[in-house]
Amino acid sequence: MVRAKADGPLKLAVPRGALFGEALDVLDASGIDTAEVRGESRSLIFEGDGITLVTMRPSDVPTYVEAGAADVGITGKDVLLEQPDRVVYELLDLGFGRCRMVLAGRKGDEKLGEAERRLGMMRIATKYPRTAQRHFESTGRQVEVIEVKGSVELAPLIGLADGIVDLVATGRTLEENDLEVREEIVDCSARFVANRVAHKLRATEVDDLLEKLREATAG
Amino acid sequence: MIHRIPPGTRDVLPDEMRELRRLHLALIDVFEDRGYGEVSTPAIEYDEVLARGDGRTAESAYRFFDERGDLLMLRSDMTVPIARLVASRFAGGEMPLRLCYLANAFRAVRPQRGQMREFAQAGVELIGAPAPEGTVEVIEVLEAALEAAGLGRAVIGLGDADLYRQLLAELGVEGEAREAVLGRLAAHDLVGLEVELSAVDGIDEAKIATCMALSQLRGGREVLEEARALGGEAVDRATARLDETLAALEARGVADRVQIDLGLLRDLGYYSGAILEVYDPALGHVLGGGGRYDGLLKRFGIDLPAAGFALYLERVHIAQTEEESRGEGGGGS
Repeated sequence: MVRAKADGPLKLAVPRGALFGEALDVLDASGIDTAEVRGESRSLIFEGDGITLVTMRPSDVPTYVEAGAADVGITGKDVLLEQPDRVVYELLDLGFGRCRMVLAGRKGDEKLGEAERRLGMMRIATKYPRTAQRHFESTGRQVEVIEVKGSVELAPLIGLADGIVDLVATGRTLEENDLEVREEIVDCSARFVANRVAHKLRATEVDDLLEKLREATAG
Repeated sequence: MIHRIPPGTRDVLPDEMRELRRLHLALIDVFEDRGYGEVSTPAIEYDEVLARGDGRTAESAYRFFDERGDLLMLRSDMTVPIARLVASRFAGGEMPLRLCYLANAFRAVRPQRGQMREFAQAGVELIGAPAPEGTVEVIEVLEAALEAAGLGRAVIGLGDADLYRQLLAELGVEGEAREAVLGRLAAHDLVGLEVELSAVDGIDEAKIATCMALSQLRGGREVLEEARALGGEAVDRATARLDETLAALEARGVADRVQIDLGLLRDLGYYSGAILEVYDPALGHVLGGGGRYDGLLKRFGIDLPAAGFALYLERVHIAQTEEESRGEGGGGS
């Protein structure tokens, strides 16, 4: 019926970094061979059987998928929340890479509350400025969001900020830096996303992969 | 010396302009051949007039005051200005009315490839022709336009804008929850959709599953059967409308590149009934869209059914060049 013939194998964007290992495990469980990706090779592109795996930073996945350079991809919900204007279809919660976006401050320190009460504004350091801004706006508070790229825990310790918004998996990093969770913002985990056009024109391939991933991550 | 221009705008130089001109002419020829007369409207209009058409598209519109303090708006599409024009200039005239355009529109979007803040659209508006005949004619013109642009592989997605409005009413999803659910459907965020639906009072698992499954149905005629199997009155009515349109398209031999898509939900507020989107495998972005907007003209004071489509000219041009290089064996590996 639909006469379009898509070009070449489906391209799947795989996130390197914290989600890498589990993403590969899930792909293996879905019948996609990842042995080559796990090897020592420094290549970024791995041609498999009917599917091409492209490895990249998790925060680049929405960019590649939105443009259609990758047809589908895996990335964290934290990344998607931080890039809300990237148009990608979020098809499945893969369940791994679970963590929480939280507001944290120094233990036993009232700086956050005091800054808000006396200065009308909290200073918040984060790697997720848009997510943080949205959270405070939606709860009716004024903040100065300070974007940092590296270890965000440092900011409240030496007086750059009153608190931080960051991802927490086990809470150990917070603990080690004498910080504690003050508010829960949102739960995050790995998501399977698709390009809008690929979802339409490569429907069978995308649906098949979605179904395999669903089975591999169920329960 | 380099002088800057605003982000999302650009100059077009002769080589590109020559190609764009060819594309312009090819498209306008197709429209004119089918009886669609070309019109032009002002790029700036009164905000209060365009706002009648649609509150939501206006979110990303550019506005400013004129010398008398009236609020002006740069048009963000051509459908609303043409509805205004038809109500003012063609009220009581002979219907159906066939109009086409090639015009620049403006939206404050994040600029990227094929998505500028000032962009050209080519399209048609068919006023006074109800479904399904009017819809079928519009799809026929769209098909011919894609052919003329050399996009032999392009696909037209055909969905129904009333499906989810009626389905959610049937499921008892109202108020804020309804808006949240429609938002997730429009963004095609299945994870969020399930969360929003689960939060609705008194909804059961089966209904959630129906809504989720429906949004994933896309393909040929078989999709209509699969949808009917999910049951419900809203689904029955939508599939009956789609079936009727598809049958008429098949009878005219223009159903080949039509993909039935029950997950389609364009975010423009004025659509009703059939909705369209255009894709080409050479480009990751949507090439254009359209559909029926039977209630739009009423907002301007004349109650007439209408349908149309608009193609993003720059995106069609990008797809065209990608398809050409693929044809020469240069791409598409």
